[in-house]
Amino acid sequence: MRYPPGVSQEDFEQAVQEFRSAIGDEWVFTEEADVDLYRDAYSPMWGEEEEKVPSIALAPQSAEEVQALVRICNQYRIPVYPVSTGRNLGYGGSAPVLTGSVVLDLKRMNRIIEVNEDNAYALVEPGVSYFDLYRYIQEKGLKLWIDCPDPGWGSLIGNALDHGCGYTTNPYRDHFEAHCGMEVVLASGEVVRTGMGALPNSETWQQFRWGFGPWLDGLFAQSNFGVVTKMGFWLLPAPDAYRSGSVQVMGYNDIHELVKVTAKMMYSGVLNAGTGLQSPMQFAMARNPDLQERYERANEEDIRILDEHAVANNTPFWSSQFKFYGPPAIIDASWEYTRQQFSHIPGVRFVEQEYLHFPMTHEALMETQDENHLGVPSLSVFQLGARSNFNPTGANGHLGFSPVIPMNGTAVLQSQKVLAKVLRDMGATTVFNVFPQSYHQRTFVILLGFSITRDIEANRKTRAIYRELVRVAAEHGWGEYRTHTAFMDDCAQAYSFNDNALLKLQQTLKDAIDPNGIISAGRYGIWPKHLREEQAPVPVAAQGNENTNGGNNA
Amino acid sequence: MHRLTLLLVAMLLPGSSVLAQDAPALAHGKAVYDLWCAPCHAPGPRKHPGTAALQVLYKDEKPAVLEERLDLTPELVSFYVRNGVSIMPFFRKTEISDKDLEALGAYLARR
Repeated sequence: MRYPPGVSQEDFEQAVQEFRSAIGDEWVFTEEADVDLYRDAYSPMWGEEEEKVPSIALAPQSAEEVQALVRICNQYRIPVYPVSTGRNLGYGGSAPVLTGSVVLDLKRMNRIIEVNEDNAYALVEPGVSYFDLYRYIQEKGLKLWIDCPDPGWGSLIGNALDHGCGYTTNPYRDHFEAHCGMEVVLASGEVVRTGMGALPNSETWQQFRWGFGPWLDGLFAQSNFGVVTKMGFWLLPAPDAYRSGSVQVMGYNDIHELVKVTAKMMYSGVLNAGTGLQSPMQFAMARNPDLQERYERANEEDIRILDEHAVANNTPFWSSQFKFYGPPAIIDASWEYTRQQFSHIPGVRFVEQEYLHFPMTHEALMETQDENHLGVPSLSVFQLGARSNFNPTGANGHLGFSPVIPMNGTAVLQSQKVLAKVLRDMGATTVFNVFPQSYHQRTFVILLGFSITRDIEANRKTRAIYRELVRVAAEHGWGEYRTHTAFMDDCAQAYSFNDNALLKLQQTLKDAIDPNGIISAGRYGIWPKHLREEQAPVPVAAQGNENTNGGNNA
Repeated sequence: MHRLTLLLVAMLLPGSSVLAQDAPALAHGKAVYDLWCAPCHAPGPRKHPGTAALQVLYKDEKPAVLEERLDLTPELVSFYVRNGVSIMPFFRKTEISDKDLEALGAYLARR
């Protein structure tokens, strides 16, 4: 059996006995083969001393069992790391930030407590996946849609707490924004319900999120202040129809008007689904180093030549997809309005894509362009990095770098240049592109993906590149919206206004809410006071190499 | 029908490995497969990365869809579920229990 840091062998063995009494032998995993299943399969530190691994794992079945386990951990000051389905691969999976932590595996807490069709919400436990809720709704024939992220086996609660996103409409596609009310077990074992859940007999826990007084739900997202055991989510009433189309513009500089009008449509609510920006020219650039060089340099002459190439080859420079959900009369009017809004851009093209009427069978939905955009969970995303004709050896995982940038053309072009230079200077290859997505209502996220392998040197290089990207992006005011556990300190440190005042406030709250610092030590850069000196990283700007980074050497 | 007759019929059916595989156990295995494996390994490489990857790996030597394979053994299934391979992660016992894994192995090895 492995042991957690800072706990005597005698105390830990006593605690394990108490864990067994609380939840039964079967759900206390101490054998190495069982505990190894909690390693992060996509760890960028796989097989290295720095890889973060748990000591043992516990799998409670109810909030009451969570309370019992947390109380034992608090008594013996045992670090405990809750995971919901443990499937946020690319962000740490089921492995802790602090090696030796006891993983609290909430997968068995998989009850869909309520789905209310008339008021369009669900109340679920952490082990409920997007697949689970989708199947439940299908089986019951409810006229509701979920909004799912790329991998359907993720937890609604885990994904929302990690600020995950999906692809349908506002507010559903920003999963934390779509939540309403939570139940949390604190480090003391006490249970708290937020919002209207604090009012006994309330019937609006999943409908009025603010309750009375300070709204605290944000404390439990991207943090380590409690174990969330229930959470409500607003669901989208099943729309009548869906249509998608793209707006394509021919010139390099047309990006500015394309993004400006898109943003206005988004802020006014006409466009309330996610969009993004692509460049059909990227394929020509990938084949032609001269064009690629001109794109990255982009002086007046370069732009003239690039534009000429686009026109000569009938290839639009930029393209954005627009999606509309609702009654046909409304989505048709929205598409017509879209055409009007962009019609002043010379040479603009409008390409109609899918037009779907609902309900459709699951099989038919799976034949569409992208089922995730229609609230259908899948694992299609794992095509990225899987063995393919283009990548015959395949990868062992992926990792995403995803800074938030302003929603304007200048920021897109600048971030591409800056980040591409880092990649080029460090000899990187990426598996995703460097074009932005509007995962959130008022910003873009640039998504850069890396392959994870079982090659230690390759992974070390990827980590070095990642940290350099964090540093350089931060210099330009672009910060990560979410990251893998390996880089949480780097990203948290980058939010450094006024000598890291925000992180210090978060630490103050941590010390007050979890005084023994037992829950998810180091998650999102928040270390408990007894580990702060030992684990706190030096500021990103002064980092020489990754060995100075905390969070993995306990 | 007499048990012996049933056995003989089963032996004559193509793709049936006979004996011993009682229907509830296979149904259990099929349910585990549908829940945990099918999202990646169902027919249709466009939306199923496991099928797409195995198609590239095996070309035409073996079926890309796991359910159509004739060479799977419970031991092989168990190894990949608990160890993962390539982009496929390993699965915890709170996801696929040992009992589930046994049923899954029997189901995928039934042919």
